[in-house]
Amino acid sequence: MSASEWLPLAVLASSLVPGLVIFALPEDRVATRTTLNLLGALAKLVLVLLLLAGVRAGETYGVRFAVLPGLDLAFKADALGLLFISLSAVLWLLTTLYAIGYLERAPHRSRFFGFFSLCVTATMGIAMAANLFTFFVFYELLTLSTFPLVVHRETSQALRAGTLYLAYTLIGGTVLLTGIVWLHHLLGHTEFAHTGVVAALGSEYAAQLQIIFVLLIVGVGVKAAIVPLHGWLPQAMVAPAPVSALLHAVAVVKAGAFGIVRIVYEVYGIEFAQSLSLLWPLALVAAVTILWGSLRALFQDDLKRRLAFSTVSQVSYIALGVALFGPIGTVGGLVHLVHQGIMKITLFFCAGNYAETLGIHKVSEMNGAGRRMPLTTVAFSIGALGMMGAPLTAGAVSKAWLSDGASAAGMEWAVWVLWTSSLLNAAYFLPILWRAWLRPASTPWPDERIPRRAWRETSRLLLLPPLVTAAATLAAGIFATAELSPLSWARLIAEREYLTSPAP
Amino acid sequence: MTDALDWLAPLVSLDRLAWLDPLAWLVVLPLGWATLAFVLGSGRGAWAALAGVSLQLWLAVELAGTILADGATPPVGASEMAAHHAVGGWGAPLGIDLAADGLSAAMLILTQMVALPLAVYARAYFKAGDPAGAWFWPLMGFLIAGLNALFVSADLFNLYVTLELVGLASVGIVAAGGGAQQLAAALRYLFVSLVGSGAYLLGVALIYGAYGTVSIATLTPLIAAEAPRLVWLAAGLMLVGLLLKTALFPFHFWLPPAHGSAPAPVSALLSALVVKASFYLILRLWIGPLEPLLPAAAAWLAALLGALAIFWGSYRAIRAVKLKRLIAYSTVAQLGYLFLIFPLLAQPAALQAGVMQVFAHGLAKAGMFAAAGVMIRATGQDTVAGLAGAVDRLPVTLFAFGLAGMTLMGLPPSSGFLAKWQIIEAALAQGYWIIAVVALAGGLLAALYVFRVLRQAFLVSGADVAERGPVPAVPRTLEWSAFVLAAASVLLGLRGVELMRLLGAGA
Repeated sequence: MSASEWLPLAVLASSLVPGLVIFALPEDRVATRTTLNLLGALAKLVLVLLLLAGVRAGETYGVRFAVLPGLDLAFKADALGLLFISLSAVLWLLTTLYAIGYLERAPHRSRFFGFFSLCVTATMGIAMAANLFTFFVFYELLTLSTFPLVVHRETSQALRAGTLYLAYTLIGGTVLLTGIVWLHHLLGHTEFAHTGVVAALGSEYAAQLQIIFVLLIVGVGVKAAIVPLHGWLPQAMVAPAPVSALLHAVAVVKAGAFGIVRIVYEVYGIEFAQSLSLLWPLALVAAVTILWGSLRALFQDDLKRRLAFSTVSQVSYIALGVALFGPIGTVGGLVHLVHQGIMKITLFFCAGNYAETLGIHKVSEMNGAGRRMPLTTVAFSIGALGMMGAPLTAGAVSKAWLSDGASAAGMEWAVWVLWTSSLLNAAYFLPILWRAWLRPASTPWPDERIPRRAWRETSRLLLLPPLVTAAATLAAGIFATAELSPLSWARLIAEREYLTSPAP
Repeated sequence: MTDALDWLAPLVSLDRLAWLDPLAWLVVLPLGWATLAFVLGSGRGAWAALAGVSLQLWLAVELAGTILADGATPPVGASEMAAHHAVGGWGAPLGIDLAADGLSAAMLILTQMVALPLAVYARAYFKAGDPAGAWFWPLMGFLIAGLNALFVSADLFNLYVTLELVGLASVGIVAAGGGAQQLAAALRYLFVSLVGSGAYLLGVALIYGAYGTVSIATLTPLIAAEAPRLVWLAAGLMLVGLLLKTALFPFHFWLPPAHGSAPAPVSALLSALVVKASFYLILRLWIGPLEPLLPAAAAWLAALLGALAIFWGSYRAIRAVKLKRLIAYSTVAQLGYLFLIFPLLAQPAALQAGVMQVFAHGLAKAGMFAAAGVMIRATGQDTVAGLAGAVDRLPVTLFAFGLAGMTLMGLPPSSGFLAKWQIIEAALAQGYWIIAVVALAGGLLAALYVFRVLRQAFLVSGADVAERGPVPAVPRTLEWSAFVLAAASVLLGLRGVELMRLLGAGA
């Protein structure tokens, strides 16, 4: 087996194997479990770096296995997939560190980390899927492996949230499967390819292809939390903080958004999708989601719920960018896939820190939290400012490309949507910052569990990950034009997608 | 693929020795260890059974290797079967002919594949002196012998004999060592079994009267050439008798009490294998000698009943109070999928989908009943409500239940998913949307009852923890053999190419 074949498989194995071993570990083997987790995460990072170097040099990576005659489980590591893989690999390492700190002495850690690893494996499979069949296999595996994480606390509230999550995702999966089998029936395959594969079918299939598009987008839209399919996401907040962080930044909603990208660019092809007039409805739905999510976030007092509605809004920036016809919008959407991930995971790490250290779960309890936990609150502020699109943050880069893309595509209304959303973002994030930094702490903290020690406001493993991702948020903004920045990578992908069309 | 089976080559060459013909040994071996277990006495003979089933599995794989090596197998029901054995040297029309093609070999492999982990499970389940397991081993042996003989029989009367052997062994194994409720279920089962095989036998008699032969190979061209009205009646009688035994809705009434009240390893054998035997026979007749007699309406009636079975079985499973009742109703629903393929049989993909579903359900349901047996042992009660918090105490078993559930829901990457994919694609290819919709809806309904159990197992309430008291120890063998079965049902979903090739179509 050549390197181009085993590398993608090794990326999968680097989280699958530790996950399976961890399941079998007794609860008290903390050191072994931690070592396995970190070794797996580091190994994955190294493998991803090898892939990045290879793809930049023009190598192709792919491997396939026949499952049934004419049906292959196929993987490829291309530029688009690597964008998602790199994000997941880096954030997996950080989230693992965070989870080790967060779950100290909590029960069922073997089960937690086992499913956590399976969840990351499923995400990697989604990123590297080379056809819709493989995509679907890992998409459903993701559903199954996140369920035990959502209900991890075993309370009736957690079980309600888990049941709601399953109801949405399993029905979404069924809709997606319908679309995939239908497409497979028409085409005889469901491979992903640059500039799409369905255009070959000819114009008499236009109506069927439009229906299939709706089925596919609804199917992945459930995980991407597109309004009105977003109902599960705010409820899933009962999960432990590392799970929320993973769900929002890396795994579940991102898998949905990534699915939209693959379907539009590599199944339909952006130009063919435009010719079937499929893009403007997608843009419209994305715009509605952006505004609705931001509006709902305004009225949430629960910090994690406010962040959840913010995710609903922000993930649809990706869909909006994809739906803007033109390379500039594409770059904006793709780069936001990464930027939203690092910003939102920062916010969730911080929310977890407030809850674990001081027992703060509500925005109204945040008064004076900045003085008690300055480092966490600095990280939180950077994440929040990034979400608003403040200069020098990753968010500013996303927003600039998205609004330029909207103007270039002649969709001025989308520019207004983006500006309105920014204002709403400010309206729900700035009060939090104001309370945390400027209001005095009036009462004792709701439930202070981790005492302050010198400069350390909370335990080390809880503090490190949000600081790293906050720094990354700044770096992605300030060094956006650097050679290996998410922006440069997104531009590389957009260039390849639009290679056949004249640059606008 | 051929490379993967090259290691079989030296074994296949031994095949020239008549005494090693796998067809005959697959029947003789289980009869042998069943008799041995019977002679040894109550509760004994487990080791003989384990050794025997292992050897049978090897023989079944060897047979499959031979059939694959012979190249493309002829279409099912054709006069030349790929493997053939004339018992005592007397061929048809005088003696008993044994024959096997890809479909038979697949069923033989499934039977031994399910039986082996279940034998390991049963050895740990029935402790020495347990009256429920007193005659388990001889009865299981006769049951397996009947099944294997059924899959290699090439004439209608011989099939009747094997059907009866399977039926009587099944009734015996349900009744053995049980209480009043179990006996009542067994008696009802006996009645259904006798009526079913009686109707079938009547049909066979009519056909013998019309054509003077019962050999499937001889009959196929004769029926195609000319069929008097009486033969139509015969076909109807045979099929209805078999449907009764397969428990297709609305003939399913006997199944939930029989499968739900038996001990776990017995339920597993019955749900995974026994109902599949009569289904196999229906399929064999449908695409073989009876094909010219059956109008399209018959296929659609079968599919309609299948769809009703899916909805009704799932509904009852969703509402069931008892865990094993839930699983038994799930069997009713899953059997429904098998009948969705009948209007699609014009394409080989439909047969492939059916066999994939037989495998998926066989492995998953055996695993699920086995897992349920562990849960019932540990919680001391057969209710879904009693499972609260089970995930903390029986993680392996719950994982097994979840994996089996994945297959039943048709979620990837499981064999159940492949079966669902194949059914939907075959339905779309022939423009029968409604079948695709039923298959998809069935998956969601299965999710309702599977997650009902899993959700309950995750639930922890303070009162329960306090009341629970000491937990009875469950042998790990039980947990892991359930896990192996469930995992096999999922792993098959990653590689179904060989199985499809064995069926002689595709690839």
